[in-house]
Amino acid sequence: MPEKPAGTLYRGREGMWSWVAHRVTGFLIFFFLLVHVLDTSLVRVSPEAYNVVIGAYKNPIMGLGEAGLVAAIVYHAFNGIRVMLVDFWSQGTRYQRVMLWVVVGLVVVTMAGFLPRHLSNIFGG
Amino acid sequence: MATTTPTGTLAAPRSARATRSRGSSRTNMEMVGWLFMRLSGVLLIVLIFGHLFVNLMVGEGINRIDFAFVGGKWADPFWQFWDLAMLWLAMIHGTNGMRTIINDYAERDRTRLVLKALLYLAFFVTVVLGTLVIFTFEPCPIGAPAELLPSFCPAP
Repeated sequence: MPEKPAGTLYRGREGMWSWVAHRVTGFLIFFFLLVHVLDTSLVRVSPEAYNVVIGAYKNPIMGLGEAGLVAAIVYHAFNGIRVMLVDFWSQGTRYQRVMLWVVVGLVVVTMAGFLPRHLSNIFGG
Repeated sequence: MATTTPTGTLAAPRSARATRSRGSSRTNMEMVGWLFMRLSGVLLIVLIFGHLFVNLMVGEGINRIDFAFVGGKWADPFWQFWDLAMLWLAMIHGTNGMRTIINDYAERDRTRLVLKALLYLAFFVTVVLGTLVIFTFEPCPIGAPAELLPSFCPAP
């Protein structure tokens, strides 16, 4: 047994980087989920408490954070479909690279639909 | 990170898959978890995209969200069930994902144990709290200013 691994299983390219991005986005979404359940739970405290905290989500800096969060969710969702196609579709591994670029394209299209609306809500007051 | 190493330099596996010890359960929990990630993932795409569309795209989007908005949604059992399903599926899906990440990167036994204990505590607290809030929510609390409440609340 060599002291250091002789090689690496990280292959780079689309396969590895899509997996890294899936992990990073999943990690971020999980922590937002914990915070989001806590802030929503304030409806059980009082209308005033909930409105104050949810008001913090409406300022422009948080608004940009929400745009990033939605982008992370959209990527995780579409790449999740890609993962399922790789697992369950007989041609999945063959087309995994091109499917990543389809995922990226769908993320861009979805965000192009979401961002104008959300940013005008955030910055338009 | 060496990404150019040819795979031929990796040592071949030294042994066939270990035979399972007697007494271990017949079902493979890791396989059940793997399958759950995919099934819940499909449902979560529908649930979360619907949630984001209704809360961020319709009408004034995020500017519309306040106590009265939440009260209006949870007056409908449809949205109570929607949010409950989203809470449970997302928490189990996310917790299983975090468990995988901990297993991959925390090398010391004790570190893994502590991180997983914290993870399962966060899971338990979040799921119980969220579930209680959805079902014990009072849309028309007595004594609250009427302008903060859903329109269906009786006038004080």
